[in-house]
Parts: sequence; structure tokens; C-alpha cells
Amino acid sequence: MRPARPEESGFTRPVACLLRALLGAVIVALIAIAALLGLAVPALATQQPPHGTSSQPAPPEQPGLPVSGTLRNVDGTLLAGVRVQALDASGRQVAATTSNTSGRWELTVPTEGEYTFRIDRQSLPPGVTVLQGEVVRDVAPGTLSLVVFRFGAQRAGLQTSASATVLRVLVDGIRFGLVIGITGVGLSLIFGTTGLTNFAHGELVTIGAVLAWTLNVAFGLQLIWATLLAIVAGAALGAATDLAIWRPMRRRRAGLIAQLVISIGLALALRYLVLIYFGGRSESFADYTNQVERNYGFISITDKDLATIVISLAVLLGVALLLQRTRIGKAMRAVADNRDLAASSGINVERVVLFVWMLAGALAALGGVLFGLSELGGTVQYEMGFSLLLLMFAGVILGGLGTAYGALLGCLVVGVLVQVSAQVIPVDLKYLGGLAVLIVILVIRPQGLLGSRARIG
Amino acid sequence: MIDFASLLANGIAALVGPSAIFFALLAIGLNVHFGYCGLLNFGQIGFALVGGYGMGIAVLNFGLPLWAGVLVGIVAGVVLALLLGIPTLRLRADYLAIVTIAAAEILRLITRSTSMTDFSGGTQGLTGYGGSFRQLSPFDNGRFYDFYGVRFLGQDLWAICVGWAVVGLSLILVFLLVRSPWGRVLKAIREDEDAVRALGKNVFSYKMQALVLGGVFGAVGGIVFALTTQSLTPDFYSPPQTFFAYAALIIGGAGRVFGPVIGSMIFWFVLSITDNFLRQATAGSNPLISFIDNQDVGAIRFVLVGVALAVLMAFRPQGIFGKRSEVLLDAR
Repeated sequence: MRPARPEESGFTRPVACLLRALLGAVIVALIAIAALLGLAVPALATQQPPHGTSSQPAPPEQPGLPVSGTLRNVDGTLLAGVRVQALDASGRQVAATTSNTSGRWELTVPTEGEYTFRIDRQSLPPGVTVLQGEVVRDVAPGTLSLVVFRFGAQRAGLQTSASATVLRVLVDGIRFGLVIGITGVGLSLIFGTTGLTNFAHGELVTIGAVLAWTLNVAFGLQLIWATLLAIVAGAALGAATDLAIWRPMRRRRAGLIAQLVISIGLALALRYLVLIYFGGRSESFADYTNQVERNYGFISITDKDLATIVISLAVLLGVALLLQRTRIGKAMRAVADNRDLAASSGINVERVVLFVWMLAGALAALGGVLFGLSELGGTVQYEMGFSLLLLMFAGVILGGLGTAYGALLGCLVVGVLVQVSAQVIPVDLKYLGGLAVLIVILVIRPQGLLGSRARIG
Repeated sequence: MIDFASLLANGIAALVGPSAIFFALLAIGLNVHFGYCGLLNFGQIGFALVGGYGMGIAVLNFGLPLWAGVLVGIVAGVVLALLLGIPTLRLRADYLAIVTIAAAEILRLITRSTSMTDFSGGTQGLTGYGGSFRQLSPFDNGRFYDFYGVRFLGQDLWAICVGWAVVGLSLILVFLLVRSPWGRVLKAIREDEDAVRALGKNVFSYKMQALVLGGVFGAVGGIVFALTTQSLTPDFYSPPQTFFAYAALIIGGAGRVFGPVIGSMIFWFVLSITDNFLRQATAGSNPLISFIDNQDVGAIRFVLVGVALAVLMAFRPQGIFGKRSEVLLDAR
């Protein structure tokens, strides 16, 4: 690595500043355009007529068809005494009923056809809000007609106050940021100790999640135990890749770019091996799939999201203690700081690097499960690692490539940024904000928030 | 059981086919970046995307004629190179790698976003921009032309002829440029950037020119391919395609004028033959290879490319024609 060069040749300083400002403006403009387009299109889409009315001629004599459902609030309580109405295509009420003490309601519609089922908001207990109080359902004979109404406050809807929305987005962002951080710390430590930009890190994440899924779904192991086993396997996988590939490469004094390209080849091979084994679809974990949000007064959150935050914080605290207090942690920081000096003061550098790989593999596996559980709605898919990898890079570079604490800070910022931007830009573009920050930070402060200037050459 | 004649015919068709042309152009661009100047561009497919989509959007949304669309596509490639180069070219090589791959993914996500459907066609993509290209064809577009068992549809034959002409012109351009003083500075930057700076050369500016030139080859590749297929689908422009182009470049030999083209031809020849072999060997009720599912053959191609890329880089980074001492292997 070269010493820092505070000023490069190339453009003179004012020109460079101007260019940077221009580039920043272009990026901001691009994001704004994307946001505008995203807002405009849904607004147009809602102009459609409400429901197509299929007016089939009804058969003359037919017994009524039963329709039923259970009213369950977001916190899990069953709602009694709520009026449910059934309206036919012309908007005339054909049946009505009231839910019993177990929240169940049942009514009979005269003929088959399309009906609108509606909750009478007046009859709701105080404090209960309806997310979806009207359901259109095609009632046909011979099938069980279940109608589900959804309760609770709409995300970023009109029912909730602005501060509650901000708080929710912030908590979502911190949760996502912590998950990115768990995986990103390993990536940053590998870079710090070996100089390798490991493009195969996303695959460690995917393999961890897929392993936990296999143990959970195919072998029926409870997800917590499955995750613990996946973490052990992740550590083993990390150690195996170091011993089988990277240690021989270092011994042969392979260049860093050669190693980088090898990690890409490895990532490609591993990703599609996972595809062959796992398939291209999203698969769901067996546990913790349908959780309702629990209200804690100031915030409503599902148990698994809360667990994700708590586990991530605990694990990251553990990693920090490991780095600060233990012998191996100090050795890791020493190797990251100056490899030759560490080696000459008696640290077994190869052993430290092996440990870093095990730690990174274990963290990646845990991060994979938490990512699938909290962000992907309890599912696993073969490309999840790659989409996380780019956000990891964004976070790690934002914080300072090669630093552990910087990586954590950067990942938190990226997580919050992704969730905040999802409020403004279309959801299928929400990772865009995280990736754009990567480019912006390189323009403004390439060494990252906590990085040192000497690392970036 | 295995039809070797059809294997060979398909292999030869792939050797000169549209994919080989597309990846040859991508790899020529990467050769300027990585082979001559030592820049790690992992978002070459993003340049192809802006080339193809720039042309398609200019023709369909702004009603420009096709030749103007082609120019728009090329300009889009230049702009992308400038945008990516300004923040990263002063930093270590892996920063450019990360930013380019992220930019390519950003571009793919934007073009496939449902909110952009009116502009870029969303996940459906774009069609119907290149009709005038096919009208120029001297061949009978609907007819099959047979060359000793290797068959091409007339419209594809026309695209292939144009494509190879573009590849030829690109090679001549690269050949002349790398023999010029400009090319020697580029190679010197790859070998020792500080030495070049000490000689008073503006390293940043040379790197930027190389990035723009290679990016334009990528954009031209995207344009040629979009004219061949007559359709643009966003998910075609996914990150692994860049690694295919790298594999092609490294097979042929980085830092050699003909390296990327030979590499791309060999790459698609081998890929086509293994692909067809596996498809035939795993098909039917009593397959020759029973442990691989017929539907997984497409994924196996990626696994093979990944392994080949890693093994080549580890044991023979100079490929077939390159010089080991001329391949940039260490970061700076």
C-alpha cells in the first residue's frame, strides 16, 4: 500500500471541487427523478374503477351460501360485537351479522356471485383501527368462503402520526443496518487482515441461511438450533476456504487483484451450486412465519424483528469485546494495523487470519438467517447474499474499509438510509439509496467515516 | 445417443454467433481497462445496458431515427464512464471494482422497476426500436442459410455480419491506439503509476480516457446485441455477464489485441458444446448422466464459468496468448 497523496495531479483543485459538486448534484437529481416517477405512477394507478361487476344471471332457486371469518386485531386479541355486512354488486345490503366472543362471524349470501364484505366501523371497539375493512370476494358453491379483514395502522398511512412513522422507519432501518453490520464486520476484518476484497462473502451469507433452512424444514429442527448449527458450519466453511484457497494463494504470493478475481469466480460457482441445490424460488422457514406485531406503547414490533435487533446487538457487542479484550482480538487488530510488525513481534499471522475467516463465516451464517427472517419476510432465496453484498460494501466503505467499528457504523447508516428511502421511492428501488451512498461517500470522503487516509492509496 | 454432429454444428454456430460478438466487444473494452491500463471494471454489463437502452429509449420515447439512437447509446456510455471515473480513479483499484458493479446493479434495478414501465418497459423490456436495422439487410430475413450444416436465419446472418465488422473496426482501433505513444503511457500506468507521474504525465486523465474508451466498446456491444435480438430485457444485464466477459478476456489473454476476441470465441464454443452435451446427456427417460437434472444445466454453465475463472486466474492468468509479466495481478 502506498502512502497517502493528499493532492493528486489531474485536475487542479477548484476544477476537481466543481466536478465533485456537479456529480453530487447529478446523483441527487437522479434520485429525485426516480422518486417523482415512483410517486406519479401509483397515483395514476389508483384511478381505476373500483371493482369489475360481473353480473351473471343467478340460478333461480339455490340455498344460501355461507361465508365466514374471524376478526383478529394486530395484537392478537379477538374482536367481539363487530358488525359485518355483505353487499351485492349493486351496493344493496343482502346480509349482516355480528361477531361472537371468539371473534367469529358467519353469514349467508343468497346466490353465488361477487359480493363486497364490509366492516361497520361504528361497531369497532375504541382504539382498533382497520387497515382493510372492505373485501371483494367471488362466492361460489362448493368452496369454503373465508373473508379476512386486516386491522392495524397502515405503514406511513394517514392514520398514524408522523412521529410514529419516523420511529418505525428508524427502528426498521436500525434492524436492517445491524443485520448488514453483522455480515459486514467479517468482510471488513478479512480486508483489514489480508487485503482481500472478498466478493464471495455474500455466498457465505446465502449458504448459512440455506443450511439453516435445510435443517429447519427438511430435518424438522427448531430454527434456533438450526441456526446454531449453521453458524458452526459457517465457521467451518470460512476456515475451509481459507485453508483450501486463500492460504495457498498467499503462500504463492498471488497478487491481490488475482485473488479478487478468484473470489469472484468462487462466488459465481457457489451461487449457482446453491441454485442447483435450492432452486430459484423463495422458500419459507418453518418457524416464526406468521407473527403479529406486539405493541410496546411507543412502538409496535414483531417478536422476530425485536429478537433480530437484540441478537445483533449482543453479537456485535461480543465481537467488540473480543477485539478489545482478548488476546486473539488484539492480535487481529495488530495484524490489520501492520502485518509485518505483528509477525515480527511473535504473532502467528496465519493463525490469526484463519481465526478471522472462522469469525467472518460464523457471522455471515447468522446474518443470513437474520436477514431472511426479518427483511425477506421469513424466506430464503439463492440470490439473497449477493443483494446484501453490495449493501455490505456500501456500509463498509462508508465506515472505512478495513475498520471493524467503522464498518458497523457505516452499515447502520446504510440500513437506515434504505428504509427511509423506501418511504419516498418505489419499494423495488429501495436498495438504490444504499448503493448511491457508496458513490457519494467516495466523492466526498473516500477513506470513509472512520478510516485512515493511508489505506486508500 | 449423443448427436455429435449437432453438437459440433451448434458449437460452430456459437463460435461466430451473436453471443460471441457481444462478449468479444465487452472483452475488448475490458482489455483496454484491465489488460492495458490496469483498471478493474466489474460493471461492463452496465455499459452495455446504457448503450442498448440509450438507443432503445431514444428511438421509442423520443422518436429519433435509429442512427441517432446509436449515437445516444454511445454518448450514454461516455457519460457513465465519466460518472464512475471521477470519484474512483484516484483510489485503489478495488474501489473502482466495487463502484462499477454497484452502478451496473443500480442501472438494472432502475430499468426493471415497475415505476419506470412507461419509460424503459419495466421487467417486460423494450421491443420494436430496430425495425429499420433489419430493413437494411441484404439477406432474406425469414430464410435459413446453410453453411455445411451450420444454419443461420437471414436476419441473424445480417446481424452477425454487421457485428463482426464492428469487432474488426474495434480491433483496428485498439491495435493502432496501443502502438501509439498514448498506448505506451497506458501500459506504463499499469506497470508503475508513480513512475509515469514522475515523468509529468497526467495519470488521472489517461485513466479516464481509457475508462471512457473501454466503456464505449461496452456500449457498442450492447447496441449491436440489442439490434441482433431486437429486444431489451433488464434481467439479461445482470452482474454475472461481466464475469463471463472477464473469463473470455483471460482465456484469450489480457493485454493482447486479439486476446478478447479469440477468448470470446473459444469461451462460447466450449460453453455451447458442454451445454448441449449436458442437455442431451440428461434428457430422456434413460439419461446418460442421471445425477444432474435436465433443468439444472443452465445453472451448471455458471458454475463451470466460475470455477474456470478462478482456476485460470490462479494458475494461468495470462491465458492462451498473453504474457504473464504483462497481466496486472497486484493491487495498488
